Amino acid sequence: VYRLHGRYYEMAPNVVPMDYTKDPDVKLPMQLIINMPELKENPFKERIVASFSEDGEGSLSFNDFVDMFSVLSEMAPRELKAIYAFKIYDFNTDNFICKADLEKTLNKLTREELTAEEITLVCEKVIEEADMDGDGKLGFADFENMISKAPDFLRYYFKKN
Amino acid sequence: DGSDDNEEGSAVENEENAKGTDKGKKRATPRTRRAHARGRDRHGDEDDEDDEGGMRRAGPRRHRSRRRGRAAGNETGDSDMEPTKARKNQANQESKEDDEEDEDEKGGKSGKGKNEKKGDKKSDKKGKKEKANKKKKDKKKSGSGSDSESEEEPITEEELAKLKEEVEEKKKLIATLRNKPWKMKKKLSVLKEAQLFVEKFEGALGKGKGKKFYAYKVMMTKKWMKFQRDFENFKTACIPWEMKIKEIESHFGSSVASYFIFLRWMYGINMILFGLTFGLVMVPEALMGKPYGSLPRKTVPRAEEATAMNFATLWDFSGFAQYSVLFYGYYNNQRTIGWLKFRMPLSYFLVGVGSIGYSFMIVTRTMAKNANDDGGGDDTSFNFSWKMFTSWDYLIGNPETADNKFASITTSFKEAIVEEQESRKEENIHLTRFLRVLANFLALCTLAGSGYLIFFVVRRSQQFALEGLENYGWWERNEVNTVMSLLGMFCPTLFDVISSLENYHPRIALRWQLGRIFALFLGNLYTFIIALMDEINLKARYFLPFTMFDRLLGNTEALQSLEEEKIVKYNMTIWEASLYNGTIPENSTAPPIQVDPADVPRGPCWETMVGQEFVRLTVSDMMTTYITILIGDFLRAVFVRFFNYCWCWDLEYGFPSYSEFDISGNVLGLIFNQGMIWMGSFYAPCLPAINVFRLHTSMYLQCWAVMCCNVPQERVFKASRSNNFYMAMLLFILFLSTLPAVYTIVSIPPSFDCGPFSGKTRMFEVISETLEHDFPSWFGKVFGYASNPGLILPFILLMVLSIYYLNATSKSYKEANLELKKKLQSVRIEN
Repeated sequence: VYRLHGRYYEMAPNVVPMDYTKDPDVKLPMQLIINMPELKENPFKERIVASFSEDGEGSLSFNDFVDMFSVLSEMAPRELKAIYAFKIYDFNTDNFICKADLEKTLNKLTREELTAEEITLVCEKVIEEADMDGDGKLGFADFENMISKAPDFLRYYFKKN
Repeated sequence: DGSDDNEEGSAVENEENAKGTDKGKKRATPRTRRAHARGRDRHGDEDDEDDEGGMRRAGPRRHRSRRRGRAAGNETGDSDMEPTKARKNQANQESKEDDEEDEDEKGGKSGKGKNEKKGDKKSDKKGKKEKANKKKKDKKKSGSGSDSESEEEPITEEELAKLKEEVEEKKKLIATLRNKPWKMKKKLSVLKEAQLFVEKFEGALGKGKGKKFYAYKVMMTKKWMKFQRDFENFKTACIPWEMKIKEIESHFGSSVASYFIFLRWMYGINMILFGLTFGLVMVPEALMGKPYGSLPRKTVPRAEEATAMNFATLWDFSGFAQYSVLFYGYYNNQRTIGWLKFRMPLSYFLVGVGSIGYSFMIVTRTMAKNANDDGGGDDTSFNFSWKMFTSWDYLIGNPETADNKFASITTSFKEAIVEEQESRKEENIHLTRFLRVLANFLALCTLAGSGYLIFFVVRRSQQFALEGLENYGWWERNEVNTVMSLLGMFCPTLFDVISSLENYHPRIALRWQLGRIFALFLGNLYTFIIALMDEINLKARYFLPFTMFDRLLGNTEALQSLEEEKIVKYNMTIWEASLYNGTIPENSTAPPIQVDPADVPRGPCWETMVGQEFVRLTVSDMMTTYITILIGDFLRAVFVRFFNYCWCWDLEYGFPSYSEFDISGNVLGLIFNQGMIWMGSFYAPCLPAINVFRLHTSMYLQCWAVMCCNVPQERVFKASRSNNFYMAMLLFILFLSTLPAVYTIVSIPPSFDCGPFSGKTRMFEVISETLEHDFPSWFGKVFGYASNPGLILPFILLMVLSIYYLNATSKSYKEANLELKKKLQSVRIEN
């Protein structure tokens, strides 16, 4: 954790205090955090930061920071990762992954290399595959059900601290 | 007091707010909160009582905050109970250090207060579960229980039990806190409370009933858990090369990293094999056997003595290297050696058999584990969803790799789309089938062609050998070698071209490719051996050009030397007789003449020769790999990087460009190399040691080369399922390579003049000898009965039947699984 604190501090040395005994209310803005090397290449970096941030806008206090890294680490259990993954992919934060969310995800993943037709096709297929309750969008239960069977999920969500 | 209250109150407030479960209550001062206790009037009563009790007491602040906590707890609903518990657990596990280091200073009193509050909430909940009266009594008593620390009131059995339960629940909470998706603050606060509660009450529980022992037990448990945790950390830190592999993973994706993980796994196996051979075979002989020079078999013959220490000879593993513990021939056939009565021949035999057995076991175990991890394998029901949500490799931290990853994701989507579209229109299936059949036919032709070519070339080399090698130049001498290497280089490319006809999914195409290359190597091998065997049967005596694949069957040397042996034995008797003749008349008993061991004529020692060939092969393979890496990757990269400025076309995108890391080629190379080791380690105990060295250096060299000279692949394919494929190949090669060794153990008599089994008619006789001499007689009888074919055959039958049965059960499980999945799908569709 000291290392994490070191990283946190590095990002904004003038703001982050070394001493946490007084529980200061320090938050780092999103811009700083998404420039971290681990996150820089990630297409979902803004979403990752936003889903861990308390105020929903992307500023992370140290607690949130630690939270984020602990979820992304190897020690976190699958269910927890699934919960946060759902939050990450839910762009409009309505607790459902609807078609628009899927389209945004896809665009971020492929850097908009797919045609509109292809995008629609993929999104339709996803909803067809994963939507269990038939409401046309993915609730958390659908997502969890689908993700729990994926063999690669855990591997790709690991991170070294 | 008031300030403390306020502090804690605000802390609680923050926490409640953070939870986001606003009960719609205004958080006034603690006192008002107390007054507003709702939902559980019973608790309210208790609270008041306890309040008074608390006031009465001049106890520590904790109690007061506990009260408040209880009050706060009352106001929050049931649903929070579970979460809080879970939170506590989670925060405990993942941020214990946090707590102790960061938050303790910061949390201090407020933290403690929170803990206790939570603790009391828990107690509240527990109380709720039971009858009101009991609860009341509990609350009171628990309050008084803690009081008892200062007031020495007795605790009843009941309370003790309940407290224990509560403590257990808290512990469970602490253990599962990590699973809850709450904000850090919540978790931390919950954790602190739970921890303190547990601490306090564990101490309290011990009171009155063997307290000291209980406290001691608790402390030991904690210490043990801490020790376990530290040990886990230590173990993780000990995994060799972990950081290197992680780095590679982040640059190149997980498929390239899987090669290195495979390499590391192989290294582990080789270490164990090395430990076995070194510890049980080489060291005893070196320490306790007769030293160099005491026996003929241990001495360099007079003729070779002059060159025995030259580097060239040593590099070729003859000379001194040959007459040392490194090779089979050095070992003496004494039944026991040294003061320990170490049974050398038995140990040699058992180590040989044991290393094979161990390898089989561990490969099979890893395969089973991989199959388990796969989780029932081919589940394509969530294809697109998985592509969308799990294809991004969060481990990538490098822009280049990220670019490639984006490209590959796009490609994989496009592929999947195309497949989907294709499955909707089934056109031209006949064309595809025809093309595939054509491609297979072409591949077969290639294989047959290469087989024939090898046959032809070997025959020609026999011709050359017959006519004496000196008459021919370098090409003729090394024809077989070069032809086989060339075939190995060009045929795979040919297969690649052919496979473009087939239009398979890349992963399937890769498997076909690997399978074909495998068949190519095997086919070449067998044609070679057959060609050789033909020749051996005709002319057993002539010097055969030793090439790579010749060693694979020590039979050639064995059969050769059988002939030689008879000749040598005959010669030796004549030589001995000549010694006697010179000084003493025949037929008189005289003391044996002391002859320098270097002068004694030697019998042929085919095992050592075989061992030598294997060692030479491994060494040359190693050199070839390193040089290929250096030239093929490094020089190429240097060339492209520096000559790009003065070249007509863009070298980096055009022809040479940087090389990609050839995963399948490297893995195949590794597997074949391991096959050689398995084959040769019976004859040359030094092989595992050499291999360990080779793998070690190879790991570093390849890691460096990959990071420095290679670019990430275009098609970053998933490594998940191919693992078992490599394991299956490894198993197959293991089986193939143990065949020769087992055959020689069982059917060929060992050389009469060298090795631990000399003098016996078959190598495995050492077992029967041991049984006779070293075990009590009844053991021998039992073994005799047990090895009766009448017993062994039914046993084998039983095993075959059980394999069949298990196979059938697993099939039926898989089918049941599929049925359930289908049902699930249909239910979903219905919805």
